[in-house]
Amino acid sequence: MNETLHDHGKSEITFILNGQSASVHVHPMERLLDVFRRELRLTGTKEGCGEGECGSCSVLMDGELVNSCLIPVIQARDARITTIEGLAPAGKLHELQQAFLDWGGAQCGICTSGMILAACHLLSRKSQPTLDEIREGLSGNLCRCTGYMQIFEAVAEAARHGAGS
Amino acid sequence: MNTAPIVGTSVPRLEGRDKVTGLASYVDDLELPGMLYGATVRSTIPRGRIRKINFSPHINWPEFVIVSASDIPGKNCIALIEDDQPCLAGEFVNHPEEPILLLAHPDRHVLPHAAASVTIDYEPLPAVFSIEESERLSEIIWGQDNTFKTCLIEKGDVESVWENADYIVEGEYTTGAQEQLYIENNGMIAAFNPRDGVTVWGSLQCPYYVHKALMKLCCLPPEKVRVVQMETGGAFGGKEEYPSMLAAHAVLLAMKSERPVKLVYDRLEDMTATTKRHPSRTRHRTAVSRDGKILGGEIEFTIDGGAYETLSPVVLSRGAIHAGGPYYWPSIRVRAKAVATNAPPHGAFRGFGAPQSLFAMERHMDRIARVVRLSPIEIRKRNLLRPGLTTSTGQVIEEPIDLEGLLDRALELSQYCSKRREFARDNQQNKIKRGVGIAAFLHGSGFTGSGERYLGSIVGLEACADGSLRVLVSSTEFGQGTKTVLCQIVAEALGLRYEDVGIAQPDTNVVPNSGPTVASRTVMVVGKLVQSAALGLKNTLIARGLLADSYSPDEFREACRNYVSKYGPLKSLAQYQQPNEIVWDEHNYRGSAYAAYAWAVYVAEVWVDTTTYSVSVKDFVALQEIGKILHPVLAKGQIIGGVAQGIGFALYEKVVWQNGRMQNGQMTNYIMPTSADLPPIRVHFDELGNAHGAFGAKGIGELPMDGPAPAIVNAVVDALGVPFDSIPLLPEDIFEEFSRTTPRENPAHSLQGGR
Repeated sequence: MNETLHDHGKSEITFILNGQSASVHVHPMERLLDVFRRELRLTGTKEGCGEGECGSCSVLMDGELVNSCLIPVIQARDARITTIEGLAPAGKLHELQQAFLDWGGAQCGICTSGMILAACHLLSRKSQPTLDEIREGLSGNLCRCTGYMQIFEAVAEAARHGAGS
Repeated sequence: MNTAPIVGTSVPRLEGRDKVTGLASYVDDLELPGMLYGATVRSTIPRGRIRKINFSPHINWPEFVIVSASDIPGKNCIALIEDDQPCLAGEFVNHPEEPILLLAHPDRHVLPHAAASVTIDYEPLPAVFSIEESERLSEIIWGQDNTFKTCLIEKGDVESVWENADYIVEGEYTTGAQEQLYIENNGMIAAFNPRDGVTVWGSLQCPYYVHKALMKLCCLPPEKVRVVQMETGGAFGGKEEYPSMLAAHAVLLAMKSERPVKLVYDRLEDMTATTKRHPSRTRHRTAVSRDGKILGGEIEFTIDGGAYETLSPVVLSRGAIHAGGPYYWPSIRVRAKAVATNAPPHGAFRGFGAPQSLFAMERHMDRIARVVRLSPIEIRKRNLLRPGLTTSTGQVIEEPIDLEGLLDRALELSQYCSKRREFARDNQQNKIKRGVGIAAFLHGSGFTGSGERYLGSIVGLEACADGSLRVLVSSTEFGQGTKTVLCQIVAEALGLRYEDVGIAQPDTNVVPNSGPTVASRTVMVVGKLVQSAALGLKNTLIARGLLADSYSPDEFREACRNYVSKYGPLKSLAQYQQPNEIVWDEHNYRGSAYAAYAWAVYVAEVWVDTTTYSVSVKDFVALQEIGKILHPVLAKGQIIGGVAQGIGFALYEKVVWQNGRMQNGQMTNYIMPTSADLPPIRVHFDELGNAHGAFGAKGIGELPMDGPAPAIVNAVVDALGVPFDSIPLLPEDIFEEFSRTTPRENPAHSLQGGR
């Protein structure tokens, strides 16, 4: 991004973030990821690679799982977005968050936000996924710590507790 | 007292709630008022003299803070073992991506373009890019002979074994560089004011390494350097030494600008400029008797250290000591050498030299088995270490480890024998060739040799005014569960509840130096010290008459509160004392190399598609003896995660080099395993205990990195009948080998000989 792009042509963009209306004054090509982290100071969404490969910045946009590092904020206009901060708004953990905690699904934590949202997306499509479906459903999210097995266990456990219904 | 056990149970990860809710604070999440952003201008050539630095006239340079080597207040080096690595290149560059100039600006968006607008005129010098080129000495790029370190391990009379040998088995094995690929890139924030000195907040493993480096760089006394670890998004050794470089750069920019500066790498910069696992070459020559007993042998272990020494000498030591594997060698000579090349320095990565030399050892055992016409099982059984026997450094195995039993159990868990029969039969007809492979290995816990004595780690436990306890260590959490386990140890030692114990965020102004968080040492060495500090604190309370011999957690809390209100702060410290029985001769590499070893047997099942030449690992059994398991979920998580990285090391993760520079520095083209690539990883434990570890624990962080690669490649060789001795083993390597060795259409017909 060059200087000109950054300094000029900002506009007002509104979307529904974690159930509430949010409005930002930014350049329309600003990455959605940066808008969360820098404009709105919601830093739970993480950057791992900046090119849509690792899934750490995954969020839900109109029910779809997207890499927020690849989404220009203009594309999010009027969209309904969920970030990790929206999963436990009242302080009570979401079933997936609790299961990740109990089953060792989070180690260093950097992929965790994206991984939990990917799992959320999976369970919204398939409330009782098989192991292969979990494996496939999370394959766009890289984790270097866990070797994934305990994440699978966590997702299966959350599904048993009705996270997907 | 609380009598319910805490050690051995899976209590909630201490910082887990923050991690699953996105509240955990990593360095890039932190913004300071008035903060600038930094960028690094790096060398584009592998070796040369810097003639001139040119600044493009199209940039308004006065807006930028610019730092070069001449701005360094102290010594231009990143202090570690030797001071040979500059913080910023002055006259010469010795590898691609070597830092030369630093920029800072309030708007991070303008930095990439500005950094690209600095061009450098070089007088190129000839460079070397491989172990072989370095050994040839046609170009001297480091010291007198391109050699950072050599070491020699000698036991018995190797020269006498060759004439009595029924077989002499030789092999050469190589391993490639591997990127740690923590998902959080390296990052650091620095601030400076003349009164307090410098403070850095960063993603790092070893606060006191950074502290030491900054003191020397800035000529500051210890109290004017403060290092704070932020939540760290994976490390695996990749944040052992390199963060000192980032901290140095951020500090120089902060000192010059007098504003806080954030320096966070993007993925490409992190992958191309920072450390990787040392590439290695291991040569074995082994004398073996007719009945498959090793009589003696020579091992030549050589690693590529890159352009500067950094940690190569210690990586070399660990690799050399592990080179003989878990076997009894009546005589052995290990010659090890770390050489220089014009690549970015290779560094710490989980396993630290052992995955390289153990890959060679375990491939070589299968080669010996083939020559002697014994099964891979039988050859190992005839040579495994037993209590009373000595390792290659002459260390007597004193713990009652039964490696043969461990091997048998792994075979049973994996159904190795029935699979092997079945696969050998079916492979004749099928295009998918299946195979099974094993690896038996060990991993020493803690610093090598006298390392722990030199470190002399100190830990603290303090009682706070409200009566709660706080563990004070520089040992860092980066996914392994450091905080959780250390709190468990204190709670168990004092009969308290897990919730009664907290731990300070590592901050050199607050915590003593409990050593670096490396070498599988935290649970065993630091944990044991924390246990002892806990008992010290309790004894103080009892001695002051504030606590009875038997008490409830609430009474303990009250006793702490009373102590603090009466006498002021209560802190119990414990310092490492090397037990007398641990004796190490560092000049001759003789004696007790490690206070304890973890032991393991891993079994891999692979399927090789002879149409695409792709290899999939279909089943993986990881059985290990790790002393006492303090936290089952965390322990299992360490093993599975390490195995996954080992599978990547074996089959996927290839660094493509060109003139010393990594060409595939993105997650798109450097391939690590995804959830769809991994088999079920079945983890099993044996628990023997360990006198040197907290509640009998041993280190396990690195162990699981050692076994997967040889087990998998042994399985591929079992499936195809063609030896492969280099990793990563990619489909194109298998294709090439087949094209070379089998002119026929269907490779299956010419394989499977000599079984």
